[in-house]
Amino acid sequence: MTTAQNTRATAPAGTPTKVTQGSQGTKGGIGESTLRPDGILKVTGEFAYSSDMWHEDMLWGQILRSPVAHAEIVSIDTSEALAQAGVYAVLTHDDLPTEVRNYGLEIQDTPVLAHRVVRHHGEPVAVVAADHPETARRAAAKIRVEYRELPVVTDEASALAPDAPVLHPGRDDRPQGPPAGSGPGETPIAGHVPHPNVVHRQPILRGDVGAARARADVIVEGEYTFGMQDQAFLGPESGLAVPAEDGGVDLYVATQWLHSDLRQIAPVLGLPEEKVRMTLSGVGGAFGGREDLSMQIHACLLALRTGKPVKIVYNRFESFFGHVHRHPAKLYYEHGATRDGKLTHMKCRIVLDGGAYASASPSVVGNAASLSAGPYVVDAVDIEAVGLYTNNPPCGAMRGFGAVQACFAYEAQMDKLAAKLDMDPVEFRRLNAMEQGTIMPTGQRVDSPAPVAELLRRVKARPLPPERQWESTEGADVRALPGGLSNTTHGEGVVRGVGYAVGIKNVGFSEGFDDYSTARVRMEVVNGEAVATVHTAMAEVGQGGVTVHAQIARTELGVTQVTIHPADTRVGSAGSTSASRQTYVTGGAVKNSCELVREKVLELGRRRFGTHHPAWAHAELLLEGGKVVTDGGEVLADLVDVLEDETVEVEAEWRHRPTEPFDPRTGQGNGHVQYSFAAHRAVVEVDTELGLVKVVELACAQDVGKALNPLSVIGQIQGGTTQGLGMAVMEEIVVDPRTAKVKNPSFTDYLIPTILDTPTIPVDVLELADEHAPYGLRGVGEAPTLSSTPAVLAAIRNATGLALNRTPVRPEHLTGTA
Amino acid sequence: MRVNFTVNGRPQQADDVWEGESLLYVLRERLGLPGSKNACEQGECGSCTVRLDGVPVCSCLVAAGQVEGREVVTVEGLAEYARQRAEGGSCASGACGTTLDEAKGWSARGAGPQTGEGAPSPRAALSPVQQAFIDAGAVQCGFCTPGLLVAADEMLERNPSPTDEDIREALSGNLCRCTGYEKILDAVRLAAARQERQGEAV
Repeated sequence: MTTAQNTRATAPAGTPTKVTQGSQGTKGGIGESTLRPDGILKVTGEFAYSSDMWHEDMLWGQILRSPVAHAEIVSIDTSEALAQAGVYAVLTHDDLPTEVRNYGLEIQDTPVLAHRVVRHHGEPVAVVAADHPETARRAAAKIRVEYRELPVVTDEASALAPDAPVLHPGRDDRPQGPPAGSGPGETPIAGHVPHPNVVHRQPILRGDVGAARARADVIVEGEYTFGMQDQAFLGPESGLAVPAEDGGVDLYVATQWLHSDLRQIAPVLGLPEEKVRMTLSGVGGAFGGREDLSMQIHACLLALRTGKPVKIVYNRFESFFGHVHRHPAKLYYEHGATRDGKLTHMKCRIVLDGGAYASASPSVVGNAASLSAGPYVVDAVDIEAVGLYTNNPPCGAMRGFGAVQACFAYEAQMDKLAAKLDMDPVEFRRLNAMEQGTIMPTGQRVDSPAPVAELLRRVKARPLPPERQWESTEGADVRALPGGLSNTTHGEGVVRGVGYAVGIKNVGFSEGFDDYSTARVRMEVVNGEAVATVHTAMAEVGQGGVTVHAQIARTELGVTQVTIHPADTRVGSAGSTSASRQTYVTGGAVKNSCELVREKVLELGRRRFGTHHPAWAHAELLLEGGKVVTDGGEVLADLVDVLEDETVEVEAEWRHRPTEPFDPRTGQGNGHVQYSFAAHRAVVEVDTELGLVKVVELACAQDVGKALNPLSVIGQIQGGTTQGLGMAVMEEIVVDPRTAKVKNPSFTDYLIPTILDTPTIPVDVLELADEHAPYGLRGVGEAPTLSSTPAVLAAIRNATGLALNRTPVRPEHLTGTA
Repeated sequence: MRVNFTVNGRPQQADDVWEGESLLYVLRERLGLPGSKNACEQGECGSCTVRLDGVPVCSCLVAAGQVEGREVVTVEGLAEYARQRAEGGSCASGACGTTLDEAKGWSARGAGPQTGEGAPSPRAALSPVQQAFIDAGAVQCGFCTPGLLVAADEMLERNPSPTDEDIREALSGNLCRCTGYEKILDAVRLAAARQERQGEAV
């Protein structure tokens, strides 16, 4: 039964409600493809997303953003905007209520509203509240801002030039938030960098590269360019702030991490955290783009100023300016190998453009550096990754998080090495594939299965899709050809190629971050049945965490009905829905809290029935099918009788094994808790005359440790694969290098794959348990996004013979007209 | 201005509509029907797809004034629309409305978390395509789902036995960022197969 309880009378329309899911006669525990508890609400249009919130008397907020990338703000005149009928408030930096006027995930460098200077195109300058969204938009347009434009920093050369403007002068930032590896008093991040326009730098040095290089029979070099990708989640940034009688505010919002938002919002508002009550609204996808704040503080400020509920909903144009993107990168690689195909050494330099503000750049740099060698054994490395401050759009978290850019480059290098050695590219990779026990460039030993060679074997062993599938008795079916319904070819000039790639991604927050989750689990009798309630602050962004939580509760507590409480800040932090970590860490917390509830329930049982049967004292007892049973299957009592009218509730934090920061000079350290691996084989057909690519098939093999919900696991792999496909052939935010202005902030000009662009994606799931993780599971969400892009690129190179050192590939790169 | 039109079989009146408002805005903000989604508001993503006199349209690109006197079906009315169609009725009659109270009273299948094999409830609360989206795992974040459901249902109405290429063509105006579309294809195939089975049974 799935029911939506009636909305509380005082809450706004669209307030999340509990969803209850249960089953009669079926277990619905882990390992089963149970269905989403929010599925019915989502297919009937009743599921309340953050943009669906409605409150009587509510106002609409609108943000005025900078039309230029770098400028001094000479003056702001809000008088005309304020004079508009229907306008309730216009706020600028000067109206901020406290001295805390910046926020940020790791470095608090991002102004809530621009102060004297704007550092990127689209930076928020003022906010308006009005009684209709159009009124708010028009009023924002009447705010007069005088800018004096400044020279723009757009790449490494302009960031480090002798006369480069320093974008954040006087930096003394220290690691805060993820990764909070270094304690107070340790060297600030700013102390590790060679120039104030470098956000973070992470070198990794291991082995004797000079000696190893001398052993190499072949050496290949490459310079690679990775474009700026957008998360392009479909549900726009949005939410509703409702001022409360106690002077606080209730905020309903779509985010990836409620408590991280709270930590950043409350000080700016000048409120204690308990007066900023946050509830997760329906989240229309995230993919990293909701790790940073967007409209949260602005809506709260307007609500507190006007005393009225304020709703803010970005449109798609604004969304492109309202969240960080994936770091574009330049990657310089050198690899050597012996004649028999063994890697000797690797040198690389990865330059990530972090844009105007830090966001998650320090952690992305750490990831790019520590995973830059890929899933290969290479004992001698000289690695440097840096993140830049520029006037380009801020970049931060996106699915794959630094590992994606590196994978694109090292996989191109593997193909080059194989070609130079005249070896099969898969065979060459398998010769060098890491396995359990391999030592990473950071010195960390891989201490759980790493079936890299097996994943490659599986994608390679799969039969290839038939050639020339467009041919039929009635002529060419253009839908199966490059260009599709544009009817640009009937097969003339079309060539096929096949490419492979494999990648490695860390799971969970790394580098010593205290990566914990909290779960509150309650068990009681309702309507004559023992039921469980799971309450966490986990952001369900579509990944299916709510499904898995119910499954874990069924497995651990033997109940059929599980209610998933809406996520809010009335329970402890669940960490971020990021880094493929939620099933592992919040799933682990739910499992742990269930185990603690079970102990208490068994204690109750012993008190009530202990004298009835000796097994109460001695045997291993389980909760199954609504009963207390021995491990031999003997039923001792019904849970209904054990519980009677008692409610058993536990709230507890749970942590994975601790990690360590990377040494700032050598990069050594056990920085990651778990690795995940996926491999892809791409089959493409390319119209060489027009430069159009049709991906015919994109097969994936991935090790997931244990598939808690196989249907959801496959959905994650296919979705991640498709985002990698988009990065290969179409997705890029284009920034004008002269002005640092974004040229394509719309779905008309920023293309993501449609159902016509997306091929069939066969998935092969391996389950090799990681003994350190709950149920042996391995984080799933990100790994498939890594290897998808380089596999498609390899296939296009294979089809065309072109070098293709940048992604995404555009038609002009294939036709030689770039 | 005032706009009178029919939504999911029920006459509706929206007052104080500004001339620049879209049908999507009126549905979501004035009529309390936020099921149609606002992913791009520029006609690129299909998340706001509704049927206007039977034709699938992006409601963000339809000016509210254009719907005066016309029939709109949204995701909120899709189940009832499909039920009436299956029973041979026509939703254009205006007699097939689903009240929100009724919608909230819908009960789920008995087998909750199981894989689509649960006994159907006495009155099919969901249309075949809605049920198939749940069963096939075609819903993740779900933001594209309402538009996809309206588009897929319309395609199955025209073409009850679509090929994969037909499905891809019909849904090419609906963006999904989560699923990679494989499960959406599965869902439409499943709905078509179930519809066919149902048709044979009748």
